[in-house]
Amino acid sequence: MTLIDHLPVLLVAGPIVASLLTLVAGWHDRRLCYPITLAAVLGEFAAAIVIFRQVMDGGTVRYYVGGWAPPMGIELVIDTFGGFILATIMLLALMTALYAFRSVKKEVPAEKTVSFYVIFQILLAGLIGMTITGDVFNLYVFLEISSIAAYTLISATRKPHSYVASYNYLVLGSIAAGFILLGIGNLYVATGTLNMAELAVMLPASYDLATVHAAFLFLIIGFSIKAAFFPLHLWLPDAYTESPSAVTVLIATVMAKVSVYALFRFLFSVFTMAYITESYPVTGVVLLIATIAIVAGAILAIAQDDLKRLLAYSSVSQIGYIMFAIGVANRIALEGGLLHILGHAVMKGCLFMVAGLIIYRTGTAQLSELGGIAREMPLTCAAFALAGASMIGIPPTIGFMSKYYLVLGAFEAGLWPYAAVLLVGSLLAAAYIWRFIEIAYFGGHHDEHHRTGGREGPASMLAPTIGLSLLCLLLGIFVAAPLETIGLAVAQLLGGT
Amino acid sequence: MPDVSGLLPAVTIAIPLLAAVLILITGRHENLRESVTIAAAMAMLGSVLAMLPSILDGGRLTLVLLPMVPGGDLALRVDAFGMVFALTAAALWLLNSFYAIGYMRALKEHAQTRFFFCLAVAIAAAIGIAFSANLVTLFVFYEILTVITYPLVVHIETPEAMKAGRKYLTYLLVGGIFLLAATVLTYILTGTTAFVPGGFLAGSGAALTLQILFGLFMVGFVKAAWMPLHAWLPAAMIAPTPVSAFLHAVAVVTAGVFGIVRVAGWVFGMTLMASLGLGVVLAVIASFTIVTASLFALCEDNLKRRLAYSTVSQLSYILLGVSMLSVAGMTGAMAHIPFHAFMKITLFFVAGAVIVAAGRERISDMKGLGQKMPVTALMFAVAAVGICGLPPLCGIISKIYLAIGAVEGGMPILLVVLIISAVLNAAYFFPIIYTMLVDRPADPHALDAVSEPPLTMLVPIVLTAVISMLIFFFPSVPFMDLVRIAIGEITTGVVP
Amino acid sequence: MIEAFSELFFARYNYWMAIILMLIGLYALIAKQNLVKKIIGLNIFQTAIFLFYISVASVEGGTAPIYLPDGASAVYVNPLPHVLILTAIVVGVSITAVALSLVVRIYEEYGVIDEDELKEAVRG
Repeated sequence: MTLIDHLPVLLVAGPIVASLLTLVAGWHDRRLCYPITLAAVLGEFAAAIVIFRQVMDGGTVRYYVGGWAPPMGIELVIDTFGGFILATIMLLALMTALYAFRSVKKEVPAEKTVSFYVIFQILLAGLIGMTITGDVFNLYVFLEISSIAAYTLISATRKPHSYVASYNYLVLGSIAAGFILLGIGNLYVATGTLNMAELAVMLPASYDLATVHAAFLFLIIGFSIKAAFFPLHLWLPDAYTESPSAVTVLIATVMAKVSVYALFRFLFSVFTMAYITESYPVTGVVLLIATIAIVAGAILAIAQDDLKRLLAYSSVSQIGYIMFAIGVANRIALEGGLLHILGHAVMKGCLFMVAGLIIYRTGTAQLSELGGIAREMPLTCAAFALAGASMIGIPPTIGFMSKYYLVLGAFEAGLWPYAAVLLVGSLLAAAYIWRFIEIAYFGGHHDEHHRTGGREGPASMLAPTIGLSLLCLLLGIFVAAPLETIGLAVAQLLGGT
Repeated sequence: MPDVSGLLPAVTIAIPLLAAVLILITGRHENLRESVTIAAAMAMLGSVLAMLPSILDGGRLTLVLLPMVPGGDLALRVDAFGMVFALTAAALWLLNSFYAIGYMRALKEHAQTRFFFCLAVAIAAAIGIAFSANLVTLFVFYEILTVITYPLVVHIETPEAMKAGRKYLTYLLVGGIFLLAATVLTYILTGTTAFVPGGFLAGSGAALTLQILFGLFMVGFVKAAWMPLHAWLPAAMIAPTPVSAFLHAVAVVTAGVFGIVRVAGWVFGMTLMASLGLGVVLAVIASFTIVTASLFALCEDNLKRRLAYSTVSQLSYILLGVSMLSVAGMTGAMAHIPFHAFMKITLFFVAGAVIVAAGRERISDMKGLGQKMPVTALMFAVAAVGICGLPPLCGIISKIYLAIGAVEGGMPILLVVLIISAVLNAAYFFPIIYTMLVDRPADPHALDAVSEPPLTMLVPIVLTAVISMLIFFFPSVPFMDLVRIAIGEITTGVVP
Repeated sequence: MIEAFSELFFARYNYWMAIILMLIGLYALIAKQNLVKKIIGLNIFQTAIFLFYISVASVEGGTAPIYLPDGASAVYVNPLPHVLILTAIVVGVSITAVALSLVVRIYEEYGVIDEDELKEAVRG
């Protein structure tokens, strides 16, 4: 066996080893932490791309950890969907790692940078593990690893508020994890296995058991909390707002997307389309709540005065779009949903990076104090405008494409009213995005003192921001490329593999 | 050697986009930046003209740029009707560029780089709309046009401008959503959104569904400023005059009516429209708008706002022509798009020239301006006469077709609307001409400092007026020819 | 009636006990004002889930799953849930540690561990 064959396990082990290495090197010299972290993330990104290519060329990659075949051992599985998510999150992780250097230097106390990067790596390890594992209990363990890392990272700025945000997230996150654990336990009771593929085969026989229904409900509620699906989003605004900027970017894109991914996994790969539409029809309810989430999240976002908090509520609304796809549950809508996972990660990453850049220069994200900021930071605000246009769904950005698919899917399913609400939701998105645009570009003539010294943020923060904003546009124009992958992934999900 | 002419449609759109990037790069060097604009405008006009001969021969250029979403690739298709719009936009962009440079420099406006950047992207979007091969592509460019014109509308950045900008954006984005819904519905009904001469919707759904679909399209094309969804247009007059002139008399509103004609002729088809009874609905909306907007214009003292209401009224002539569902009516509608654009831009140019040279916006303040600005005032008179539908300007041609169409389409009552409107047009334009040319200011020295505007502004004013006149004498070069081809396309074997 | 109830309860009493414990924990998590008591609630909640796992693993008359060299076929309890719960306990301990350290920090910064008072302090 060559190294390539071991890539799946290296993907998980890599960050853990790197985190230990960071710890040891940091002991010696604090400045070594960042290069090690960056090199590790770069390596993981490359590995993720290699695996992704492998999956696209040769189909699903399976790896038995330690050579133990399931049901005894733990299986790592990367199918098209997993590979797609893996590539997405590693791209975002890489961008965040680039962005983190200066941002962390400014926001995190110097004596904490070592532990910051160590935990940063562990968070990544947990998230990658969640993405590629084929074992439900293993997924729970990785979920908890990433969660604990996230709780600590949120309070890494050592601002008093962040402790409270972190505590609240911890309480809700632990309840969610408890529910997920309970759901997994019920699945085990019903089938006697923890392997996803075997579960999918064995579950249909017991679709009518109360145990399975209970497992399903526990799992869907647990993951809905983790994914901040309205009205279970209460932890999210504080957690996103109080985190250091780099952490906000990471948890708002990578972590949020992995939680959604896990939900998709359980709904479509462990349970199946048949279960969620026939045996235990939840799609109608999910659709209804998703629609409410889209509107409510957007309205709450409009009411905010803090840019980061505004974007956080926008995330609540956007998660609604992805859940909308589950609610409609046909091929086109699911393609839209998956496309939105990618699109939202890219654009929300960019928007939070802009918020971080503004905080870096001005020390505040209060909209009322940012009048005319675009004159001082034109590139930053241009990135915001582009990613914001994508958020609204202005063609030809990626945001438009996913919205188009969702509307098309809803129309095809004959769900006119829901499609109408979806469209209204995008108008509300326009309202909150425009609040910032107006203030940044056209606000505050009187405010002539230079908060920023008329300078953009550091290049190492600006480059990933602009890169992601351009990606919003490029992914939209060349949408055929991701759609090819997504089409395969959806076919696999619907095929019940 | 590969045939590059097939790429011309894409090149035409790429030119202003490339120019936009160059404008950003050269932003600090004003002269360089302005020469980029002028060069791009010339190149684009040349590229449009290069396509003209093959279109006049009845050919069509099609080009698939990129696969995009189900229901439509990003695809271009240049036909005679699209050419009418593209040619108008390209010619006027060139003239407007000179005018805008003169205007912006004379008033020492701020953020000029942003201004010219947005203008260049907007023109690319307008050409994209003209060359769209299907509803999806049309929608893409339509939305780009909406967003990119917003910075132009709020250019002066005052609280009133921001308020107007919000109104503008709200109307147009809501319209965009309706257009998206209509596009998706069309796809669901037929499995395609590509334009087909004579329409492709017939027999694809219940009458009520199709009627609702047409309603969605109408609200979608809110850029046509039909009443009561017109309020964004007068609000947008807060923009600098070149923007009002070009975008709100030429590119944006024209994109709206262009879309409606496109949908009527290439998606629904006139036969289907008639059998669904949509002509009558459209006729009612158009007649109401024509008369009401003219009345509003009568009460406006601000010249630009009066022109805006005049635009609202004139645009509905085009809708009126469509509503007749007859060959002559459609011909009048299509011809009125370029004709109105040329005349209306002259009027806006004059309004801007008065602002630059005399700093006046209210008609009641313009007494005796003709003394000091004889050429400008004369050109205003010429264009105003044209809009009223009098010779020797092109306005009369389209109006005659509309009148014939009203009879032909069996709606002679619409003749009454046309006559009332002509009277109202005269009623709100002639007083302005009188005020400018005949009236004398109360204070004889009030106008001492006033003179003709700079040449970069004056020449475009004269040119647009002269072109409007030339079209009257040579109507078939090339607009009426193009319109005839387009009409032939959509009526082959359908309506006599 | 009573028979049906007792059957429902006693046939699966391990489930019911787990659910009751879970609800007690959840109640403490949500209703208690004291941040430390919330964490105690969290621990009860988690322990209930652990007990649920362990209880479903039990086999009537089963012994510890130890391989007997003489090859005698003994009845084992299912070892897998035990293994899983060992991991889950470690996770639970880590979470408790993080949570408690956060409470310590909050107390240092605001001087309160009561949720309502904390809300006041954060706002003020």
